[in-house]
Amino acid sequence: MTEPLIELINVTKTYPGVDEPAVRSLNLKVEPGEILVLVGPSGCGKSTTLRLINRMIEPTSGKIIYEGEDVTKGDPNELRRRMGYVIQQVGLFPHRTIAENIATVPKLLKWPKAKVRERVDELLELVSMDPSLYRDRYPNELSGGQAQRVGVARALGADPDVLLMDEPFGAIDPITRDRLQNEFLRLQGELKKTIVFVTHDIDEAVKMGDRIAILRDQSEIAQLDRPETILTEPADDFVENFLGSGAILKTLTLRRVRDIDLDPMVTLKQPVHRGDALAAMSEANTTTAVLLDDHDHPLRWIDERALNSTRGSLEVSGRPIAVQLQPEDTLQDALSSMLQSSAGMSVVVDGRGRYLGCCTIESLAGLLLPQSNGIASP
Amino acid sequence: MSAITITRAPTRKRRTLAAWTSDQLDLIVTPALAIALMVMLVTVWTYSTFDPTTERILEPDQLARQMWQQLLLAFFSTVAVVVIAVPVGIIVTRGGAPRLKNSMVSILGLGQAIPAYGLIVLFFVWLGQGALTVIFALATFALLPVLRNTIVGLEQVDTSVIEAGRGMGMTGLQSLTKIELPLAVPVIIAGIRTATVINVGMASLAFLIGGGGLGETINAGLKLNRPTAIFIGAVLVALLALVFDFIGGLAQRYLRPHGV
Repeated sequence: MTEPLIELINVTKTYPGVDEPAVRSLNLKVEPGEILVLVGPSGCGKSTTLRLINRMIEPTSGKIIYEGEDVTKGDPNELRRRMGYVIQQVGLFPHRTIAENIATVPKLLKWPKAKVRERVDELLELVSMDPSLYRDRYPNELSGGQAQRVGVARALGADPDVLLMDEPFGAIDPITRDRLQNEFLRLQGELKKTIVFVTHDIDEAVKMGDRIAILRDQSEIAQLDRPETILTEPADDFVENFLGSGAILKTLTLRRVRDIDLDPMVTLKQPVHRGDALAAMSEANTTTAVLLDDHDHPLRWIDERALNSTRGSLEVSGRPIAVQLQPEDTLQDALSSMLQSSAGMSVVVDGRGRYLGCCTIESLAGLLLPQSNGIASP
Repeated sequence: MSAITITRAPTRKRRTLAAWTSDQLDLIVTPALAIALMVMLVTVWTYSTFDPTTERILEPDQLARQMWQQLLLAFFSTVAVVVIAVPVGIIVTRGGAPRLKNSMVSILGLGQAIPAYGLIVLFFVWLGQGALTVIFALATFALLPVLRNTIVGLEQVDTSVIEAGRGMGMTGLQSLTKIELPLAVPVIIAGIRTATVINVGMASLAFLIGGGGLGETINAGLKLNRPTAIFIGAVLVALLALVFDFIGGLAQRYLRPHGV
């Protein structure tokens, strides 16, 4: 394990006039380049924990280490300029243009003007907003989704190593949120920032997190692990309850089609004779086959019954293959395409559309329930 | 194949006359009133026959001097108000002192609770006669609107905007000067506008302790029972107040930060 970039050691926060601490002797390490999601029910102290890191809230006791340096004392403003900070309400400065908003931290750090201008355009490009179109606009001209893009760009202003994000997509409609999440993950793939991400939404946590910390009251860590592990092996009842009943389904969004063994179905290559097709199927003891064209692109499902009951040519029997999967698709996509497919299975193709194999309900179940022998066994 | 044409609604909003009027109301009503008053003033001046006493009261050079005095009194007392009330408003909103804020509002609000007449006399007893005394008295009287608007203006700034600023490493002072004050400007200016209009009107009482101003004309008209003089003095005060109000309206409009 590498040296953690951020480390909280025995951090406690007690608000004056309150007996119980909001955060009780928390120990937390954030590894460089990871997205660590803090998730928990409301009031568990996850936001407080995040704000302790950049000292928007001063800890009552304990230590905060950042890049190997104790930052518990010293100028909090200096510290904050080294960390990006994104909040749910975005908080763009309404009286400043988009460019001025994004330039906030570079200006605080007294970057030369030309460099600031260059950086602003670069960041707008990065969050997929046309600089010439948006640079000189004011925040009241933006939609909620656009505002949060600018919020993220502003947080990245001076290229900090760390981003602290407090429910950044919480106030955005579900469709836009999904798009922003995907875009953000793509961005993170390039930037490799260290991100601490607070959310109350377990689905968002599973989607965004490299590791997830499930917090209960007073920011106590109930479980801290990779999403797959948390979903399949919840540490206790609290975690299990928090995950909700759909935990096993959620694991489907984490795995890809390439993770499962594909079934080598019987393939028939055009042109093929009816007799040869029937022989091949009966030899493999199956009733279904995939018809491929001469470039290995899957065309139709051929099944024995359809073949026997029609006199038409082989090329028009059976049903066309409407949906194809690629190895990068999630198992959730796979499941939904299988449920749509008439054959109860889906064809997997490579990037150029060439047949790789088939994905069946059985192979999916085998992956989800490793102990059982699969639902197809007699 | 038929091409699909997408007709787009014109993006420029068509504004109704009513909406336009309500936006400009501020800048229409005041000049309209001022013009009406001016017409009345000119009419009365032209068509009345002045007896020698009225003529002496309404000596043009004297009226000009009184107007200039009134203007200076109003201007400097407003400057004094701003210099005192805005910093106090800033200090009491800097957090950690909610009780200080309430007591400041009550104490400085006392100025307005005492009638202006009494306030001028009180300051006279303390500081003696003269324009400076009047300025102090007027400033005390008009503190409250500016103080209250400074506090309200600073407190209505969206907390998430301040949070974002501080979270990016702005110091408290940077947050104040670069975010909070610019966003509070429209509300603060509205308070200053109110204070100015109060001061222009109340400067009419300056004559009581030898501070000059148009109060002299009104007072002479009252003492010598010359209604025309009273009318002309009062109309001139009202005109000055309207001019200040109009300038205040322009300031509110053009000092408002972009994007707000």
